[in-house]
Amino acid sequence: MAQDVESGGQTLLDVRGLRASVAGLEILKGVDLTVKTGEVHAIMGPNGSGKSTLANVLAGKPDYQVTSGQVLYQGADLLSMEPEIRARLGVFLAFQYPVELPGVRAWQFLKAAVDAQREHAGEEELSARAFDRMLKEKVELVEIDPELVKRAVNEGFSGGEKKRNEILQMAVLQPKLAILDETDSGLDIDALRIVADGVNKLRNSSNAVVLVTHYQRILNYITPDQVHVLIDGRIVRSGGPELAHELEERGYDWIKEAVDAGV
Amino acid sequence: MTQTSMKLQTYRTGFDALLQEAEATDPQWLTDLRREAWSRFNKLGFPTARRGNEKWKYTSVRPLAAANFDSPLVINPPENINVADLRRVAPWNDAWTNLVFLDGHFAGYLSNLSNLENGAGQITVTNLADAIASGNPDVQSQLAKHADTDDDGFTALNTAFLRDGAFVNIPAGRIADAPVHLIFATTGQFEHAASYPRTLLLAGANSRVTVLESYVSLAQAPYFTNAVTEIVLEDGAQVEHYRLLLESADAFHVGTSRVHQSKDSTISSASFAKGAAMARQDVQVILDAPGASCSLNGLYMTSGEQHIDNLINIDHAKPYTKSRLFYKGILDGKSKAVFGGTVLVRKDAQKTDAQQTDKNLLLSRQAEVDSKPSLLIYADDVQCAHGATAGHIDKDTLFYMQSRGLDRETASRILIHAFASQIIDTVELEPLRDYLDDLFLAAIPTASLEFGSR
Repeated sequence: MAQDVESGGQTLLDVRGLRASVAGLEILKGVDLTVKTGEVHAIMGPNGSGKSTLANVLAGKPDYQVTSGQVLYQGADLLSMEPEIRARLGVFLAFQYPVELPGVRAWQFLKAAVDAQREHAGEEELSARAFDRMLKEKVELVEIDPELVKRAVNEGFSGGEKKRNEILQMAVLQPKLAILDETDSGLDIDALRIVADGVNKLRNSSNAVVLVTHYQRILNYITPDQVHVLIDGRIVRSGGPELAHELEERGYDWIKEAVDAGV
Repeated sequence: MTQTSMKLQTYRTGFDALLQEAEATDPQWLTDLRREAWSRFNKLGFPTARRGNEKWKYTSVRPLAAANFDSPLVINPPENINVADLRRVAPWNDAWTNLVFLDGHFAGYLSNLSNLENGAGQITVTNLADAIASGNPDVQSQLAKHADTDDDGFTALNTAFLRDGAFVNIPAGRIADAPVHLIFATTGQFEHAASYPRTLLLAGANSRVTVLESYVSLAQAPYFTNAVTEIVLEDGAQVEHYRLLLESADAFHVGTSRVHQSKDSTISSASFAKGAAMARQDVQVILDAPGASCSLNGLYMTSGEQHIDNLINIDHAKPYTKSRLFYKGILDGKSKAVFGGTVLVRKDAQKTDAQQTDKNLLLSRQAEVDSKPSLLIYADDVQCAHGATAGHIDKDTLFYMQSRGLDRETASRILIHAFASQIIDTVELEPLRDYLDDLFLAAIPTASLEFGSR
């Protein structure tokens, strides 16, 4: 695996020339992105730029067709893997719109997910008691209402509760690559802080976070190493955290204009 | 001979033989009841008409009518069955009061009535033939008073051929501690057999009882079960009732349940259906006094070419009555489910509170649901709601679960199980709940499920 001298992290995700379409319409028009362990990348862009498509393609949503390009995850061909295999190998997508699972208890769902992950890694199944203990720790870590875990997954949850529940799932599954698809949207400032705190607590030198967002706001709580601007299916600018501030002040139009002008 | 009566010739021969055999022992009232029911059936026949036949609009009884099932004219049930055989096909619990019927006849050697108290004015749980033979006045006064034969050929046929079944009588104020389990098993020892189980449950004022009816098969064979159950709740009676339809995949089953409720009485009834080639469950509840309430839950699971038809009518005859109807179906293969029935709110039934829901999960593109519950409201101050849905497992839901590491098969099983659990979890009798959970979980198909969008 490639070593990077500068950050000391290993290349976790390497996206090269990725093009993808949905229902015959091309959304991603050649995306390149390299993410190393220990890093946080923010993917920003206006509505319809392809941010969510990128997140969903990486997680393996079947609605999207990859037409060309390559994605290496830990050096392996990610795009050839079923979504559940990606998940078991440590790819996690926090959904923009988490799905309700009527009647499926959170406990049961998370236990099944952890079991699948451990089985894939050749590890023994966690006992119900050990899982219980672990879940309790994670509930405390991400400051989620313990009652939510006793209910059916996302069923009747508020928007904020659903987003927090995604972070709980992330905490339980301990992904290597966490992709947060507009997790900040629709959250009030307190919920945003709790979600951001959760992400910060879960960050370490061996994992990485890709934050897909429309707004700079969440980046006040989670400091990115790199900010990428995605417009019309391409990453048109990359930079440090200061790029996000610039976008917050000036919007996206100036970049669009600069790109159109070929600057 | 008209065409109709020719078709019914097998049944006529059987009926004549039965009359001859039973005449010596039947009390006069029963002979009269039989003859009247037969003449009714002879007139009505099977409801095979395709036009103007609203009650059977989506279910054809032609294959059943054409099959000419004979009722075995046996006086004694087979003696080569044991409890272990029954345990394989039905829930069994030694702590329950178990009455076993084989091919429609009481099998005392498999039954245990020892969990009952004895003595006058006490709880009666016995087989109907014995109750009739002993001249029980309650049987004479209540039997066939609630299951009307006027426009119902199947009830008429059951009444004409009535031989045995169960009689449960809980006197006023008494509580039956042990659940009463009625097991109606078809042995497969008689070819093309028809059986006519009959159950009469009388729950006296402020009494309490739990009753299970299980319709099961010990063999893979075509046969016909035509069951009628009458349940009468006096003021303040509380009945917990379960009906398990676990017939052979080649069987025909028509089950008719008639419930009559008095003031402040409560019935909670749950139906679980998995078996039969063609099944019809026709339930009618009459809420005939203020404070009467019923809760009817149901779960059906079909595959292959199975067909199940639930017709549930609730009659809010008086004010301040409440009904809750919640059925769910899981359909695979080319199976078909029909859900119909009306919640009727009569003119003086003010303050009626009624809810009617049928939800279906389709596991294949070929499975079909005709769900048409209806409300008929003549009162103006009521709270009523109804709804029916049918859909496939949602592919976005599946992707969400896959993105957490679950393969499609595991994810589907979890979703289907959760769907079924909503009904199974309403079962208060714990051993039964566990049994049903295992039964339905094991029946979830594992291969080639088809999915759809919301």
